[in-house]
Amino acid sequence: MSTATDQPMSTKSTKSKQAPQAIRASDALSPQQKLDMLGRMMLIRRFEERCAQSYTQTKIGGFCHIYIGQEATAVGSIYALNQDDPIVTAYRDHGHALARGMDPNACMAEMYGKITGCAKGKGGSMHMFDKPNAMFGGHAIVGGQCPLGAGLGFAIQYNREDKVALCYLGDGALNQGAFHESMNIAAIWNLPVIYVLENNGYSMGTAIHRGTAGSDNMKAKADAYGMRYDECNGMDVMDTYDCFSRQVELTRGSTSKAQGFDQDKGGPCFINVVTDRYMGHSMSDPQKYRDKKVYDQMKKDGSIDPILRLVEDLIDTKQATQEQIDDLDNQAKQQAMEAVKFADESPDTPLEELFTDVYVNPFDPQHKKGEPNPDFA
Amino acid sequence: MVSTTDRKLEFRDALREAMNEEMRQDDRIFLMGEEVAQYNGAYKVSKGMLDEFGPRRVVDSPISETAFSGLGVGAAMYGLRPIIEFMSWSFCLVAADQIINNAPKMLYMSGGQFGCPAVFRGNNGAGGQLGSTHSWCVESMFSQVPGLKIAIPATPRDAKGLLKTAIRDDDPVFNLESERMLGAGARGDKDFSRYLSGGRWAPPLPEDDADFTIPFGKAEIVKPGDDCTVVTFGRALHFALEAAEALEEEGIDCEVINMRTVRPLDMDTVIKSVRKTSYCVVVDQSWPFASIGSEVAKQTYDLALDDLDNKVIVVNNDDVPAPYAKHLEAAMLPHAKKVAEAIRAVTYNA
Repeated sequence: MSTATDQPMSTKSTKSKQAPQAIRASDALSPQQKLDMLGRMMLIRRFEERCAQSYTQTKIGGFCHIYIGQEATAVGSIYALNQDDPIVTAYRDHGHALARGMDPNACMAEMYGKITGCAKGKGGSMHMFDKPNAMFGGHAIVGGQCPLGAGLGFAIQYNREDKVALCYLGDGALNQGAFHESMNIAAIWNLPVIYVLENNGYSMGTAIHRGTAGSDNMKAKADAYGMRYDECNGMDVMDTYDCFSRQVELTRGSTSKAQGFDQDKGGPCFINVVTDRYMGHSMSDPQKYRDKKVYDQMKKDGSIDPILRLVEDLIDTKQATQEQIDDLDNQAKQQAMEAVKFADESPDTPLEELFTDVYVNPFDPQHKKGEPNPDFA
Repeated sequence: MVSTTDRKLEFRDALREAMNEEMRQDDRIFLMGEEVAQYNGAYKVSKGMLDEFGPRRVVDSPISETAFSGLGVGAAMYGLRPIIEFMSWSFCLVAADQIINNAPKMLYMSGGQFGCPAVFRGNNGAGGQLGSTHSWCVESMFSQVPGLKIAIPATPRDAKGLLKTAIRDDDPVFNLESERMLGAGARGDKDFSRYLSGGRWAPPLPEDDADFTIPFGKAEIVKPGDDCTVVTFGRALHFALEAAEALEEEGIDCEVINMRTVRPLDMDTVIKSVRKTSYCVVVDQSWPFASIGSEVAKQTYDLALDDLDNKVIVVNNDDVPAPYAKHLEAAMLPHAKKVAEAIRAVTYNA
């Protein structure tokens, strides 16, 4: 039962509290790049629609957390990265997987439990991993990925590389000790990691104001650790892209005196990305805690929906035609449909694979060394 | 293989030798934990390492077990080789999600893409009057988990050899050391049972063997014998050897086996011994219910039931939280007197 204070996140003010930039990074994007971003969002949308369908047909089992509504968050942030900047996220990871360039066929096959899946069917929906694309998963324990993100940042700095790690978390993770410990450790060592809060206002069925102290002041959470803060409208892919462009640049090449460098430079950042998920927490969620109809309508509202917003903007500014946009959406639908077909037709993971990949160096005949799916080796 | 008859080397020094030698050869290895750097280690295991390797590689962490354990997992996934020190394995419980839900599962759930070549090490076991929450013996709990390897050194020789293997292993390893044993070896042979004399407790000098390692899954017969197989690991080895010394005078000739690793578990050595002796006692300093001892007993029954002339007796800690008072704590442990009683009982000499 929703209360007066349970408004969708996208209807709340999302003005950045940082000084506005004179020149926005998105101004430098070509129409082709913008169409590319649109195409990625559409692929995520259509893929997720197919996931939902497959789940109700019981072809996908377990838990399935749909990213619809949050497309701009993954696409806008990842578009500001280099391909080798590592990312790690929680269980609502299909969007990040696809935005990162993972093969939709392999992702769908993974959820169908097939050998052609990115983890040979042994991970499932919540565990999308892709080594060549620096996608470090897909993690199911709320907040459990936060220390992993610190580890990625630490390793980058240790190797004296010029990369940035992005660690995504939901607003539910704000209440986990792992988040706070990770923020602290990232701050004291000036790690090149950005903690990305995908703030959709709900941890499962619990509205944020019921679970998180100071939920209307996310900057305080960064201030608590002396960390840079930024926020953006996660329903607006260009606003998201701008925000991440500036923060990724500031974090890249972070050094720390504590780690033996001459000076502290750069450092981590906490970004509050305000967004909405249209569907329930997972496919098993009847959404009794909010007015489902409000969220069902969002995809039709160009002032809210990330895809529609960009479409209207591109057409209004004559950067794209309706025909180009329809083509993109058809491509997305086609790719999603092919992913389902590929998954359906792929063979089941053979039983022998039950015992592989437990150890890199197995010590008994029961456990065998496995080979990763060659596309992901 | 050379043993050094008059070497004086503490258990803690042997651990440090292992880490130093490996870190000198492989820049990907770093050590992280509470007080490991500027404090020189809460228990002086990492003494001098900050001076040699610098703050990049020897890192003082805040008291955040979840964060630094998970950081180790993440860094290992990225390609580094972390050594994460728990000041006590009692504190690992704070990091449980990272060390038993993330570290051992990463390779499997990524379909073989991302492993976790990290070593988690620290003091394990009761005996310092540290109270019930500081006296954990974690091997029985964690040995359940596929994807982990668990090494339990009992001597400075084990400490060096097993830790080097652990660091080189591409899988996550829990190295369970013992606060009570850290100083063992300061007085050389005098600190150990006569069965270990002649420097058998010590690793070879680095100049004699620069690459000394002990493989996982190979138990060591510390004292051969014909009358009763005594299976043990870690600090409990010394309780077993003390019992064996006393029983020798009663005409009972024990064969004492130091398992060294519990995952992998070298049952081949145990079974070969049981076929010779027909009797088996396991000495395990964790609690009784579903302990490593229970597992060794079960596997012994599976593999050598017909060779046994009596049940397997497992000597554990008493099934209680660790008490503070010195005499109570000492009574709780699987001390030599309990071990001797068990051996007498199982061989029908009680």
